[in-house]
Amino acid sequence: MVEVVVFVLAAAVCIVGALGVVLARNPVHAALMLVMTLFGIAVLFVAQEAHFLAVVQVIVYAGAIVVLILFVIMLLGVDEARDLQLRSLPAQLPAALIFAAVSAGVLVTVVISVDDPATGLPGLGGAIDESVPNVEQLAISLFGDYVYAFELTSVLLVIAVVSAVVLARRPSRAERADLEALRAEDMAAAEAEAERADGADYDQPAGDDEPAGDDEQPTDDEQPADDEQIAR
Amino acid sequence: MEVTANWYLMLGAVIFVIGAVGLLLRRNPLVMLMCVELMLNGVNLTFVTFSRELGDIAGQTVVFFVLVVAAAEVVVGLGLIVAILRRRPEATADDLNMLRG
Repeated sequence: MVEVVVFVLAAAVCIVGALGVVLARNPVHAALMLVMTLFGIAVLFVAQEAHFLAVVQVIVYAGAIVVLILFVIMLLGVDEARDLQLRSLPAQLPAALIFAAVSAGVLVTVVISVDDPATGLPGLGGAIDESVPNVEQLAISLFGDYVYAFELTSVLLVIAVVSAVVLARRPSRAERADLEALRAEDMAAAEAEAERADGADYDQPAGDDEPAGDDEQPTDDEQPADDEQIAR
Repeated sequence: MEVTANWYLMLGAVIFVIGAVGLLLRRNPLVMLMCVELMLNGVNLTFVTFSRELGDIAGQTVVFFVLVVAAAEVVVGLGLIVAILRRRPEATADDLNMLRG
């Protein structure tokens, strides 16, 4: 009985959080809703005796990944991340809902129609022994059967760190000039498109101000962006 | 009444589908990244359920690797988003066509 109550509560938390991620207008709210879902899943992990994964879920996901996302939201400014009016293709919403109905229907039907999901074949990792603690079993599996995969994940993490450094690095002076040219090109293209779409003069003064602002203050990247936003 | 594996599997499927729909509907790259996390979590729940159901610890090991990949993916994804939004502060996923994808 306790199991049922725990499952229902955690499932409700998960689904409400998941819907919140999709529906929240403000990305900060979406991130907090994501934390809610992650906690619900951690509870379900505990209910299934995957204690170590529950702890990792809370520490890595809620503690690191979501904080990283929130950090980027704050870095970019909530205003910039907030253009969430669903500016989508006309058929996008109905198509997505049909996709949701079909895929959810198929998945749930498969789960219901298969009484026993087990194939009966033995797995690689070895049977779960109730007398051995979960962490110990996971460690034996991770550093035994899966040790090469484990080593490869360290390579993956190094690659991720290097890529993050490369992507977030301050561009050099020459690259910044290129960036300015690209940005001006973008602005011109957007302006031309707007004019073509409206026919009327729908000029964006920010497009003209902005390169000048950057030339004056080549050491500060964020400032012109803010100016531009205010100008809109 | 007893909680069976099917309950967990269905919940995992529902979370996966919600994440997929969010990925299709939302235009903000940050929120799309969060929706990918939702999908990964739906799959993780399924892995853990099968791990218990089949009595096989390998399912939990795979979830561990999924966590690592998710962390790496978020790092690279956020790096890309920061790099792109620095260039075009108002960009949405529709505007990110410079890769000609």
